[in-house]
Amino acid sequence: MSPKTLYDKIWDAHVVHEDDDGTCLLYIDRHLVHEVTSPQAFEGLRMTGRKVRAPERTIAVPDHNVPTTADRVDGIDNEESRIQVEALDKNVREFGLMNYYEMNDIRQGIVHIVGPEQGWTLPGMTVVCGDSHTATHGAFGSLAHGIGTSEVEHVLATQTLIQKKSKNMKVEITGKLAPGVTAKDITLSVIGETGTAGGTGYVIEYCGEAIRALSMEGRMTVCNMAIEGGARAGLIAPDETTFAYVKGRPHAPKGAQWEAALAWWKTLYSDDDAAWDKVITIRGEDIAPVVTWGTSPEDVLPITGKVPAASDFTGGKVGAAERSLDYMGLTPGTPLAEIPIDAVFIGSCTNGRIEDLRAAAEILRGKRVKDGVRAMIVPGSGLVRAQAEEEGLADVFKEAGFEWRLAGCSMCLAMNPDQLAPGERCAATSNRNFEGRQGRGGRTHLMSPAMAAAAAVTGRLTDVREMMGEMA
Amino acid sequence: MDKFEKLTGIAAPMPLVNIDTDMLIPKQFLKTIKRSGLGVNLFDEMRYNQDGTEKPDFVLNQPQYRDTEILVAGDNFGCGSSREHAPWALKDFGIRAIISTSFADIFYNNCFKNGLLPIALPAEAVEVLMKDAEKGSNARMTVDLEAQTVTTSDGESFSFEIDSFKKHCLLNGLDDIGLSMEKAPAIDTYEAQAAQARPWV
Repeated sequence: MSPKTLYDKIWDAHVVHEDDDGTCLLYIDRHLVHEVTSPQAFEGLRMTGRKVRAPERTIAVPDHNVPTTADRVDGIDNEESRIQVEALDKNVREFGLMNYYEMNDIRQGIVHIVGPEQGWTLPGMTVVCGDSHTATHGAFGSLAHGIGTSEVEHVLATQTLIQKKSKNMKVEITGKLAPGVTAKDITLSVIGETGTAGGTGYVIEYCGEAIRALSMEGRMTVCNMAIEGGARAGLIAPDETTFAYVKGRPHAPKGAQWEAALAWWKTLYSDDDAAWDKVITIRGEDIAPVVTWGTSPEDVLPITGKVPAASDFTGGKVGAAERSLDYMGLTPGTPLAEIPIDAVFIGSCTNGRIEDLRAAAEILRGKRVKDGVRAMIVPGSGLVRAQAEEEGLADVFKEAGFEWRLAGCSMCLAMNPDQLAPGERCAATSNRNFEGRQGRGGRTHLMSPAMAAAAAVTGRLTDVREMMGEMA
Repeated sequence: MDKFEKLTGIAAPMPLVNIDTDMLIPKQFLKTIKRSGLGVNLFDEMRYNQDGTEKPDFVLNQPQYRDTEILVAGDNFGCGSSREHAPWALKDFGIRAIISTSFADIFYNNCFKNGLLPIALPAEAVEVLMKDAEKGSNARMTVDLEAQTVTTSDGESFSFEIDSFKKHCLLNGLDDIGLSMEKAPAIDTYEAQAAQARPWV
């Protein structure tokens, strides 16, 4: 047998049909559905009289529109948001979907946090969702990617997708990370290196000692942003860390099934002599705590750096950098660590898991949010929220002056009441710093939870390592 | 789905790189439960002031580009969110073809589901087409899917690559869900085999 990559192995196990030109019908093991990208798909089924082929493999949860304030138990004020969430409720019932976490269920949360938490996401699976950050699930060694609404309809009707195979890219992070450097810094640094189109046409497998050392939470952060590098999906081969995370989750296999699953999962790795179309190697030791300065996730610099000038770039990036600097209200040459902020957002499918909240709490313990800074922490799911309360993290946040919210996508994309005002500058743990992403005219700097917490305390972008020195 | 065969129309230049789907259609317009009516909000924040008046500098607000059918754009068009509202808004505005050096994967696929043709060409070709688009409404560009060519108003022609299955579906306006449903027996067989091999899934 010819050597294969992990991607090759998962792909081969899911091909239902292959045409002569290489177009494949790929079987989908798990289909995650949220309220924003599904209404038109269900409407399409209704208009053509089609059914959902595998309601037992379909998992639905509202997340983008849901308010994160406690009064949401009384319903959603915004009429359009309410209609969209109600449409999901209705479609779940009408099409007989079997796994639904409604807005006020404690297990509700961001779809990419709920899936793994409930054990729906398992190694070797194909997972899709009408959401680009489906890449998150690749942390389990499952082939997971975002799709459009027409494809959502296709999966609902057929439990398959029409696909052509992507190329294989290996991103190796060697060695160990320095103190204060996290999974978020890895994934941002990779995008800084490849650019937002560097992964186009590829599925990335992240590997190397620094990746192996990450928890599942950290691996999910890394894979989550594979899409920001343009890749179809990001993958990390499953190992003991993965198996330990999955074991005992509500929808994970049990007993003899667990043993059988485990035996197969242990075969899910790239063979030593597998062929790669592209290889990138980064030394873990060379990665610093980073922030973004512009309006593309590739605009990444170490926090010790300075705001660049448009003339530092070439080609089409010159104009884009000019536009970014103007939008962000930044002057070239300003040290990044001197940029004052107005708001802090800790949460999202990138960094809304328990480990992220622990990292933020570690910085915030016994400290206060700088006067005039608006700071909020939005747990990724109701269960993450409950765990954070149990561990006493919520008290740390509240005492520091953070708002402690209910689970949802919140200010990552501002489809709900959590938004930036025009010109407001935010230290955010989310995934996109695009113009208007967190609210029209809002200015987003992406970073890790620890860095965002540090910025909340000082009121400016901050090198978290300075504060770690204080703690030591 | 609408067919795409051949189109001669006004092309607008948008040389900005990394035009993302948040720019194409900002989040507040994703609350719709329909596919139609999004054209008026295409490029909303670039196109309108906060008070809803038009920004006269924005290319699609200029008189010669109001009836644009082809966009010529910078690298990595359609990156970011998977929202199919982006191609829905483009199509509702009247745009049927987009030309760039590269497209983000999900956006690229979404176009084909909606009768839109994304065309990837080398940088030198996009540069020539960008210049042609800058000539305004008297210069009409032609996109021919069957022949796989884009031709400038001066008659300079560039060939583009396209996946044969996608081309076939677009030329004939085929509903790919219907096509896949015809393969139901193969899906049944796969499910039965997978249930044996991986019963825990």
